[in-house]
Amino acid sequence: MSGDELRGALSLVFIGAGMLFFLAGSVGVLRLPDLLSRLHALTKADNLGLGLVVLGLALQADDTFEVLRLLLVWLLVLFASSVACYLVAQSALRAHGDPAAATAGPEGSGEDARDGR
Amino acid sequence: MAAEVHALDLVLVVLLVWLGWRALASADLFKAVVQFIVFGLLLSLAWVRLGAPDVALAEAAIGAGLAGALLLDTLARLGRDGAADETRPLGLTPARAGIALACLGLAGLLVASVLLLPESWRGLTGPALQQLGNSGVSNPVTATLLNYRGWDTLLEVGVLLLAVLGLWILDVEPPLPPPAPDPMLGLLLRILLPLAVVVAGYLLWVGAHAPGGAFQGAALLAAGGVLWHLARPLSLPATAPVRAAVVLGFAVFLGVGVAMAAFGGGFLSFPPAWAGALILLIETAAMLSIAVIMLGLFVGGRTGKAGE
Repeated sequence: MSGDELRGALSLVFIGAGMLFFLAGSVGVLRLPDLLSRLHALTKADNLGLGLVVLGLALQADDTFEVLRLLLVWLLVLFASSVACYLVAQSALRAHGDPAAATAGPEGSGEDARDGR
Repeated sequence: MAAEVHALDLVLVVLLVWLGWRALASADLFKAVVQFIVFGLLLSLAWVRLGAPDVALAEAAIGAGLAGALLLDTLARLGRDGAADETRPLGLTPARAGIALACLGLAGLLVASVLLLPESWRGLTGPALQQLGNSGVSNPVTATLLNYRGWDTLLEVGVLLLAVLGLWILDVEPPLPPPAPDPMLGLLLRILLPLAVVVAGYLLWVGAHAPGGAFQGAALLAAGGVLWHLARPLSLPATAPVRAAVVLGFAVFLGVGVAMAAFGGGFLSFPPAWAGALILLIETAAMLSIAVIMLGLFVGGRTGKAGE
């Protein structure tokens, strides 16, 4: 197997693994019972899922500059998603007292969590 | 340009129609706003699929980002206590039916006009690319916006100016009590604001030869300002410097246009040798103005006097 093929295969493996995290995160948002667990599921998708996708894409990048830009995208999303997650939890705490109890109706809650991203 | 249709495109189209419908039809206003924001994000993906990254950037930053923040802020102003205000009666009133019919008619006309285009018509892409050498920039989108169709863009900047003037006339709301300063938001601001300024400058500069430009840069600057406002509430009273900043873009654009006419070239027709510099000048002024206008629309017209 040549170097290019190896890189392509590794890239696919990383991107596939990242997709799995996104899938798990989405299932978590839909299935988990309360706000905090849902946030937990979502942030895993952002952090690890996007990290793996970026790693996979970096393997296909043409030059170092592109790798650095991908890395920057990941870092920015990491940063923004952790703060957004904190803010959603914070506002739930303010509104309901106990964030674990802050579970909206069976339909409404999914939207709440999506807005948090 | 005839890209093949992927399954992804079909999914996008179905999702867009569904989200648009849900945003209009859901009784819960908060849900409707969130659906509107997701709609905007997917719409920008659709623009990317159509090969229009300039529009995609503007749609994501303005359509989804700033407009979404504005709607969420409005919802918060309507008041969490007025829970009844956050739902809306749904039903087919004569007025709604009329609007729906008008929209359907317009959509039908648009679809028909695309379908009725003669096969042999190649559009304006050819002439636009042919003249690119004389336009002063190498990005055909910027050439169209700032040179070939400068009129349209001048009037767009004018519309934005009128919007903020209207807001200043109407909005005499007392300011909200400032939210408790949040250390995390402050941290986010300290990192993202400088980055937003740098990237806005980059977008402005790169607009000459790649997707980017004044509107996209301004949207980023304004987003940085909105973040600032959320972390440490700002007031943007209509003082002389703020008014000057708001008018600057339109004034420079108009001034350059008139100067061209005075030197015999015709209104807004740039001599090829100067076109690049003039476009950069106009775009810089427009970016600053549009950013201040958008931030003004978000912060609201709370003047110092009305706030007390």
